[in-house]
Amino acid sequence: MAAAALRAQLNALLANMFTTGMVDEQFQQLQSLQEDGGSASGFVAEVATLFIDDADRIIADIAALLDQPVVDFDKVDAHVHQLKGSSSSVGAQKVKLACMHFRQFYEAKSKEGCLMALALVRSEFCDVRNKFQTMMQLEQ
Amino acid sequence: MAVAIAEAPFHVLAVDDSVLDRKLIERLLKTSSFQVTTVDSGTKALEFLGLHDEDASISSVHADQLDVEVNVNLIITDYCMPGMTGYDLLKKIKESSSFRDIPVVIMSSENIPSRINRCLEEGANEFFLKPVRLSDMSKLKPHIMKSRCKEHCHQDEDLLSNSETNPTN
Repeated sequence: MAAAALRAQLNALLANMFTTGMVDEQFQQLQSLQEDGGSASGFVAEVATLFIDDADRIIADIAALLDQPVVDFDKVDAHVHQLKGSSSSVGAQKVKLACMHFRQFYEAKSKEGCLMALALVRSEFCDVRNKFQTMMQLEQ
Repeated sequence: MAVAIAEAPFHVLAVDDSVLDRKLIERLLKTSSFQVTTVDSGTKALEFLGLHDEDASISSVHADQLDVEVNVNLIITDYCMPGMTGYDLLKKIKESSSFRDIPVVIMSSENIPSRINRCLEEGANEFFLKPVRLSDMSKLKPHIMKSRCKEHCHQDEDLLSNSETNPTN
């Protein structure tokens, strides 16, 4: 049956996200707060979507800041802090770790370092965003 | 003479500038049977309570509700917010005669002991490290019950001796 196959795919996807460390136990917390056990139109999907929109915006803002002739590292700090918070709340562990890695570069006021760190954040974010989007599609 | 406390769910005011964190705390609180109001800033929180912040320009959102008694049993607020921080909000609440007895819980993504102590010294009842979990919700009710007990004790004292000056504890 198609539904069973999709369910199996979804479960495999979720298992993979946990074992690779892409999501941590906070994501599990979110799943347990879901009423109907699904992920599409429920709480998990809402939070995942909020995270994706938030992160998209923040990453774009950081890129714009780093593009300035004189970089405002305090603002970069504030944005990374915000992204670290969101990723922590949704359980996106690799994005959170990438944000923590970022800190040393804006503290050192290193534009080059920040650009590298942003690239890592962006890469981790793209990975988890794709997985979240697949998860939400599989549930529909 | 114990007065039966009403069965209505306790009302928590949650303050956080992050829309994601507001969604999360709202879910956690509702799952734990609390009634929830969320606002995105300390200024909005004060507005909701009916307190006035001299520095901010107050919108007329709350103006027509000034006659309605706002019944908030606990305030939970993020520490790091632009403008008015959770600490600033805590101070304003503790300075207010009408709201100083409402328990206040501070949330923060950073585990900084000096920050935690500063908040506790200012009168915060609890400090949660983010991400907040469902198990943290069970810590809220005891604070509410304690403050309601204090409230009822004060009311009883007032009933017994109206003219005397009551020593505060």
